[in-house]
Amino acid sequence: MRIVVCVKLVPDATASRSFEPDHTVDRVSVDGLLSELDEYAVEEALRIRDAASEDGEVVAVTMGPQAAADAVRKSLQMGADSGVHVLDEAIAGSDAPATSLVLAATLRKLGADTGPVDLVVCGMASTDGTMGVVPAMLAERLGLPQLTYANQVTVDDSNGAYRVQVRRDSDLATETVEAAAPVVVSVTDQINEPRYPSFKGIMAAKKKPVQTWSLSDVGVDPAEVGLSAAWTAVVSAEARPPRSAGTVVTDEGDGGTRLAEYLVEKKFV
Amino acid sequence: MTSFTLSREHEDFRAVVREFAAETIAPQASEWDRKHEFPVEAVRAMGDLGLFGLTAPEEYGGAGGDFTSLCVAIEEIGRVDQSLGITLEAAVGLGINPLQVFGTPEQKDRWLPDLVAGRALAGFGLTEPGSGSDAGGLHTRAELRDGSWVVNGAKQFITNSGSDLTSLVTVAARTGERPDGRPELSSIVVPAGTPGFVAEPAYDKLGWHASDTHPLSLTDVRVPEDHLLGVRGRGLAQFLATLDDGRVAIAALAVGCIQACLEMSTQYAGERTTFDVPIGSKQGVAFGIADLAVMAAGARALTYQAAAIKDAGGAAAEFKQAAAIAKLYATESAVTATRVATQVFGGYGFMEEYPVARFYRDAKVLEIGEGTSEVQRMVIARGLGLPVE
Repeated sequence: MRIVVCVKLVPDATASRSFEPDHTVDRVSVDGLLSELDEYAVEEALRIRDAASEDGEVVAVTMGPQAAADAVRKSLQMGADSGVHVLDEAIAGSDAPATSLVLAATLRKLGADTGPVDLVVCGMASTDGTMGVVPAMLAERLGLPQLTYANQVTVDDSNGAYRVQVRRDSDLATETVEAAAPVVVSVTDQINEPRYPSFKGIMAAKKKPVQTWSLSDVGVDPAEVGLSAAWTAVVSAEARPPRSAGTVVTDEGDGGTRLAEYLVEKKFV
Repeated sequence: MTSFTLSREHEDFRAVVREFAAETIAPQASEWDRKHEFPVEAVRAMGDLGLFGLTAPEEYGGAGGDFTSLCVAIEEIGRVDQSLGITLEAAVGLGINPLQVFGTPEQKDRWLPDLVAGRALAGFGLTEPGSGSDAGGLHTRAELRDGSWVVNGAKQFITNSGSDLTSLVTVAARTGERPDGRPELSSIVVPAGTPGFVAEPAYDKLGWHASDTHPLSLTDVRVPEDHLLGVRGRGLAQFLATLDDGRVAIAALAVGCIQACLEMSTQYAGERTTFDVPIGSKQGVAFGIADLAVMAAGARALTYQAAAIKDAGGAAAEFKQAAAIAKLYATESAVTATRVATQVFGGYGFMEEYPVARFYRDAKVLEIGEGTSEVQRMVIARGLGLPVE
């Protein structure tokens, strides 16, 4: 089975983060790491590959500035077989529609260059933008079925063709949804426990092939992506104000009443 | 002079071990310490991460990695839990290495895969109640009778020798007398569970509470003749070869200890206020923490310098000297660093609710194990050509 996993480098949430003057996230001068939610996608892709009866391949795909290659590198260290990095200055500031446009074009080129892709695995959202719409947009652009927010993925290859089944758990119901491959799947953080790369994996990743493509390589017009093409504009962005000290209620027998009054006053109840 | 820099892969690996240690070990380190509990599941998780097999050949399930990678792992585990740091150090340096270097193909096939995977641990029985730094003065005897070695004696302070994971202990013993009248020393592999081989109850130690350390007694322990490790009579040379690596690994453990002291102290000095200002604004506190940064940088440089000499296949004399220098400086700095850090924490530094107290108790043994500070100074002085005794 040929699997593509889409990965993103995000600013390290435990380090200091900042915005560029144009209100986009500073992705260059900060420490980045593979989005934690994408680790579940990489892990699931590796498990599906390794559980299959035939040899498979996992390709990690990312887009973004030079440092974004680290997201591919981490995926390769975990066990992915090869990587693609779409690197082009025009990409900076791209919103979700532009991101899905570039990823869709990249997947088409991958399919044309090296054979059809059976499964695309994404995290359920990025940990920086947290929009969670790219998997659906990607599926739409590729004309593929989308199986999103999967807590379990099962691939059946018994009849010579892949059928992909996922389980979605919501507050109201547990749904089982399936589609014939190729499909786009997004997975939640409940689906598995991502592995740590081993030292052997880290050393092996050095020798794995990573291709760097420009927008023209994948056939996307630079005018369609980037900040100027974004469907929305961030007008202003400010750092969150420091947390205030809050209100301390000392219980003198009427603590419950005063707590209730506070909640009513703040319109929580 | 061998130059060194840690490669990007080593730094990536450091980040992985740091994340693993923060998630899997740090949350329970204090509890294991308090209960004197050897955390078998955590050791297995370290095995799953491949830490025990870092330097072992791939044919036995190892990563075929360099010595530097092992030092990185020991430093990062030791940064959150010195007990598990020494467990890893001893498991590789004293458990796996002698078998890997001196074992026959049959011995390696039999014992290495489980040790490399962290499914089992091996101890190294050298120290005895009456011999420590004078390792050659050991009294345990092994006699060859009817195709079996019969071992009698006692061993002291043997790490990884008595848990459910222990699969064997390599026992140093007198196997005869040399023509010059001195004892002939050899190493014999004694599998756990061999009748007469008893791991006595674990020690009540000042530190390293979560590591597995026992006195061993050996009474008419019979193992097959092929359990001799390496060449008969070459025991002392084998032990000494093992110790140089171990010194650098202990230095790496000390670096982790100093780094922990530096990070804990820096954070606390920024948060704790006295006289309405953070204590870190007081020179008396801040300068001590600055010294911790110097110790961490110095100890780390010496440690990875020594590791780089080994990885580059440097001359034995150069490595021996670098190993002794790294061990001496890093471990004595670690003891100082824990004293400085507990002082930064003031009264809270004396309370077990903060990890700094645990590091204070754990550090002292670093100056003792795998060659005391006095032995390191002797080695270094001899390396300088001084006729020191």
